[in-house]
Amino acid sequence: MRRIEFDTIAREVESLCIAACYELNDDVLGAIEQAARRESNPTAAGILKSMVENAHVASEQRIPLCQDTGLTVVFVEQGADVAVKPPADRRGATLADAVNAGVASGYEKGFLRKSIVGDPLNGRKNTGSNTPAVMHLTVVPGDKLKLTVMAKGGGCENKSQFKMFKPTADREEIIAWVVEAVRTAGADACPPFVVGVGIGGDFELSCLLSKKALLRKLSESNGDAFYAAIESDLLSKINALGLGPQGLGGDTTALAVMIETAPCHIASLPVAVNIECHSHRHKTAVI
Amino acid sequence: MKAIGLESPLTCSVVRSLRAGDEVLVSGMVYTARDMAHKRLCDLLTAGKDLPFPLKGAIIYFVGPSPAGPGQVIGAAGPTTSSRMDDFSPRFIAAGLKAMIGKGYRSKEVREALREYGAVHLATIGGAGAMLSRHIVSAEVIAFEDLGPEAVRKLQVVDFPAVVAYDSYGNSVYDR
Repeated sequence: MRRIEFDTIAREVESLCIAACYELNDDVLGAIEQAARRESNPTAAGILKSMVENAHVASEQRIPLCQDTGLTVVFVEQGADVAVKPPADRRGATLADAVNAGVASGYEKGFLRKSIVGDPLNGRKNTGSNTPAVMHLTVVPGDKLKLTVMAKGGGCENKSQFKMFKPTADREEIIAWVVEAVRTAGADACPPFVVGVGIGGDFELSCLLSKKALLRKLSESNGDAFYAAIESDLLSKINALGLGPQGLGGDTTALAVMIETAPCHIASLPVAVNIECHSHRHKTAVI
Repeated sequence: MKAIGLESPLTCSVVRSLRAGDEVLVSGMVYTARDMAHKRLCDLLTAGKDLPFPLKGAIIYFVGPSPAGPGQVIGAAGPTTSSRMDDFSPRFIAAGLKAMIGKGYRSKEVREALREYGAVHLATIGGAGAMLSRHIVSAEVIAFEDLGPEAVRKLQVVDFPAVVAYDSYGNSVYDR
């Protein structure tokens, strides 16, 4: 069994939080640049160019890409042969503790906004550390630890939706519903979007899949031709809405649509859509 | 299109000269407030107490900035979703607020208040908080410090770019 020091994990998460909030990934920046070149609407092209400029300002002048540095979602793939070695003064500390320690120090050292309240309804007092993170753990073969940090903004997350379809529903029904969910998100959720779609599983798995789908490179399609065709169809229909960057009109309402699927019950066809803004921030490291 | 310079505090005649779709550059003082601050400001109005800033002619910016880094006045400072403030804004507009800066749609009630009292809603670029922060030259917390990023701040802005999303005649740039 390989053991990784608690502090090694925390430090890695800390760096990922900071990198995610200051440095837009190349695939996202590239997609915005390409959209700016292709736009037929001059206002839309101007807004897209401002988004590119924003990414350069963030990186060069050390200002976060967006003031909403998000709820921190951490996807962990833990090798079955790897465990956390807690520090001497924190016996019993878990992987989740290490992740949260990294989030807290990353948000403090990185001058990132702390946007988490400890109780959702009663008092809504800010925890002051951006913790707890939402962590999704998968156990995989091997002795590595793969950490992916996503800074998920509230404005776009608020527009995400779920629907339980009849199992006899066809692809067209699902496409129409996803397009409508994007139209409803509209200007409020900072288009152009990255749209994650989870199909199958159960109630909560479809929602998780819709978020996991966002982690794929924007240029990559689903490996299954059936779903790759739906992604392409959805992207065309969403961009045909004409909503455009910031909802002010244009050809670019979404940069990409990405679907993930899972087997499901004979009675069910759960579908979730996770709306992600153009400031699509996530970073990965393997220890 | 040439952008129109706006200097705060705003007068009724300036507001009435603006049309949905106009590009503007805002300079002067603006006050930040988002969800919780709106709730508290409304409670102060209900209790007949003074607000931490004069509403007459004021501009409220819906923003919760990230902390200032070393040598910076403020961190990233882009707009948050305006519609969450829909229940509160009409009361402030009736009390003299002349403009709000945010992103996205406003309710029928807000549009009606803009028309009746002569005020506008401006949209700026969501997710461009790094770039927008360069138009802010000073920032000071003036109320509700316990709210952290949601505290009310007085910001001095220079040529802060926005577009008139809703004018004082019932028109919206999103209706086109």
